[in-house]
Amino acid sequence: MNWVLVPQQIATGILNGGIIALISLGVVLIFKSSEIFNFAHGHLLMLGAYVTWWFAGGNQDGTEVFNLPLIPAFLIAVLVAIVVGLLIERFALRPMTGQPLLSIVLMTLGLALFIEGVVSLVFGVQPSAVFPSPFSPSAVFRVPFPGAMGGFIILKKTLVLSFGAAMLASIAFALFFNFTKTGLAMRATSEDHELARSVGLNVPRIFGLSWAIAGVIATVGGILLAMLTGASLNLSTVVLVAFPAILLGGLDSFLGAIVGGITVGLVQALVQASSNIEVRNSAEIAPYVVLLIVLVIRPEGLFGQKRIERI
Amino acid sequence: MLTINNIEVIYNDVILVLRGVSIKVGEGQIVALLGANGAGKTTTLKAISGLLHAEEGKVTRGSIDFENEQIDKLTPDQIVARGIVQVLEGRRLFRHLSVEENLLTGALTRKDRNAIINRDLEQIYHYFPILKTLRKRTSGYLSGGEQQMLVIGRGLMSRPRLMMLDEPSIGLAPMLVQEIFEIIRKINQETGLPILLVEQNARIALDVAHYAYVMETGRVVLDGTPAQLAQNEDIKEFYLGMTQVGERKSYRDVKHYKRRKRWLG
Repeated sequence: MNWVLVPQQIATGILNGGIIALISLGVVLIFKSSEIFNFAHGHLLMLGAYVTWWFAGGNQDGTEVFNLPLIPAFLIAVLVAIVVGLLIERFALRPMTGQPLLSIVLMTLGLALFIEGVVSLVFGVQPSAVFPSPFSPSAVFRVPFPGAMGGFIILKKTLVLSFGAAMLASIAFALFFNFTKTGLAMRATSEDHELARSVGLNVPRIFGLSWAIAGVIATVGGILLAMLTGASLNLSTVVLVAFPAILLGGLDSFLGAIVGGITVGLVQALVQASSNIEVRNSAEIAPYVVLLIVLVIRPEGLFGQKRIERI
Repeated sequence: MLTINNIEVIYNDVILVLRGVSIKVGEGQIVALLGANGAGKTTTLKAISGLLHAEEGKVTRGSIDFENEQIDKLTPDQIVARGIVQVLEGRRLFRHLSVEENLLTGALTRKDRNAIINRDLEQIYHYFPILKTLRKRTSGYLSGGEQQMLVIGRGLMSRPRLMMLDEPSIGLAPMLVQEIFEIIRKINQETGLPILLVEQNARIALDVAHYAYVMETGRVVLDGTPAQLAQNEDIKEFYLGMTQVGERKSYRDVKHYKRRKRWLG
């Protein structure tokens, strides 16, 4: 272990975990309301980032159609995400009602490819390093911390912003699901679609609503991520990091998504503080190793709902 | 108030499950729908509540009218909004939600203010006092009888004008069945709520009902008041398990070929 790096890596890990948590939240939301694991979430995220990028002037190389400041571009992207979410529910998922769950999950996989195709047709396949951001990617906070390298912990402002956004979003969701009527309707629908219909819930509308919200979270996540890395088709692969976070926390728990996200962020960062190069290079696998251990002990994840069995 | 007029239901475009069923439920009545497994009782209820659509079932002929409005083309949520609620067979509940949350899901479609909904909640606890003591419990861990009370309570929370109960007695001990039917009778008497009751336990169903229909292989073969039906030789023989003299029958004496049903199945 390279101890002088540890304080810095812990801080970076927690902040990175915030973004992972935000992405996990969107997947958990869809799963909670419809028991569908959404493989297209990463692509929704990429779409959101690209739409913002395009409305904010794209590459700034004279080919731009719009040249809006970041906030209006973000708001337009949110609207687009809501519409896309509703369209997905209406035209991709509603016709699948009553089909086996696996077919519906495969449908989300198909959606992922479809979105990737549309994005590369409309915005091109060339990654763009330029992405509008309220701070420059190198803007940082320096927090004095004895024992860290140079006596400071360095926090990227973009990371701090995304961590804050993730925490806010998760608190908002927890309140929404536990204390509002729509939240109760969503929790009920996730358990039993037919029963939800029989008590008079409009199940398609609830699905539509959850897809719209998931689209919005994906867009927020996409923008925060693109501020760090620029817009590219590869943004969608970030869900590969989110998967262990989601499963670790329990597929149907918002708290789990947050804890899982931060755990994954921390594990990845700490592995990189190792003095052994082999260990450092395993940063991408390390979260899956942790996931494996957790699932052996708690198959429903850290905060997942236990299956109720009456004998 | 509810009139089912000669409906025909087809599943998956090929399987004919109901072949001309006509049923009437009047104001304040408990109407029982009796019949063996596969007779089409549950399908009839689902045709009324609109849940057929999700199972590739369709009402292809006839009509269902509720308070002079044709409802067989409406979606389940619209039908619940009209005041018809179906309590599904097998005590289906949202198992991870607490008892009180389960009851509240019944009221989600209502636009009433919280105070009114809380008053209705108290009303449910008045009929089922045990639910009040269990209100914070995860509903999946309740006993069978408690779960049956909970699903009936959830049905009531939508303030229905017609409640349909699908086999409330299934898998419960005889004493509990007695208790639950007493409560059903009480609810009907106190609130005048009409109830359409599907049952296999003919004895107890005929005991609470004001009118009853007997279904077999997708059609109604017999109907009448419980007193009339109880006089019917076939009902006695096949549903109440009595011999013609009125004594309980021993298995030893049963010769299934001795007597045939007189109606056409």
